[in-house]
Amino acid sequence: MTLQQVLFIIFGIITLGAALAVVTRRNVFHAALFLILAFFGVAGLYVLLEAPFLAAAQLFIYVGGISILIIFAIMLTRDMMNPNVAGYNRQWWLAALVAVALCGMMGWVVLNHNWPATPGDVPPESIINLGKALVDPAGLVLPFEVASVLLLVALIGAVTIARER
Amino acid sequence: MIPLEWYLLLAAALFCMGLYGVLSRRNGVAILMGVELMLNAVNINLVAFWRYTEPAAATGQAFALFVYAVAAAEAAVGLALIIALWRTRNTVVLEEIDLLKG
Repeated sequence: MTLQQVLFIIFGIITLGAALAVVTRRNVFHAALFLILAFFGVAGLYVLLEAPFLAAAQLFIYVGGISILIIFAIMLTRDMMNPNVAGYNRQWWLAALVAVALCGMMGWVVLNHNWPATPGDVPPESIINLGKALVDPAGLVLPFEVASVLLLVALIGAVTIARER
Repeated sequence: MIPLEWYLLLAAALFCMGLYGVLSRRNGVAILMGVELMLNAVNINLVAFWRYTEPAAATGQAFALFVYAVAAAEAAVGLALIIALWRTRNTVVLEEIDLLKG
């Protein structure tokens, strides 16, 4: 077993363990803290996949942005930390059944398919290529601009919806 | 080298945990956390396929970046809705929000 595989197993256990705690913890605030840990694990996986830019973006956007947003929302709606409020709905066992069945099915497909995995090397200027492709008129500039407009619309909408009237 | 199947299995497990959270939780914020887990699982798949099939192309990573943008937009709007509901209905339990029920 190589060092990479050992690191993969460590990051995988961190990610999956934290994700399990996110969906099973009663206290929503604890769940949010475990969510941050899961995001860290995923960032580690990106490093193993040789996508350093995505790993940094994961840390900035998820750990630095979305988690803080979620914790703010939990604190603004603080009554939900009350342990007397039931955390799960009545169909939780059905949801667990569906999730386990789907996981088993996807696992079966993954293991029984012959994946075309002949990994080459990531070129050293991979980040430069990505940055150029995002602003290249013949490349991805249109989806890039559409994503910017989507973000702007979503943020203005969020301010409008959450504003005190 | 790590086999591609390891990444796919891990992403499948992460996706199913997020799905369980979305289907079983009552708190709106906890449901959004489940959605974030699912989006992360999808992103792991996208980056893993980029790495193992076309590492020289930029599109694989760009796809994951667009998922980031959509995830950020979704979190912002979803949490704003939850805060607005908290203000008007004093609850974030999505089962109790039945304004459109006749």
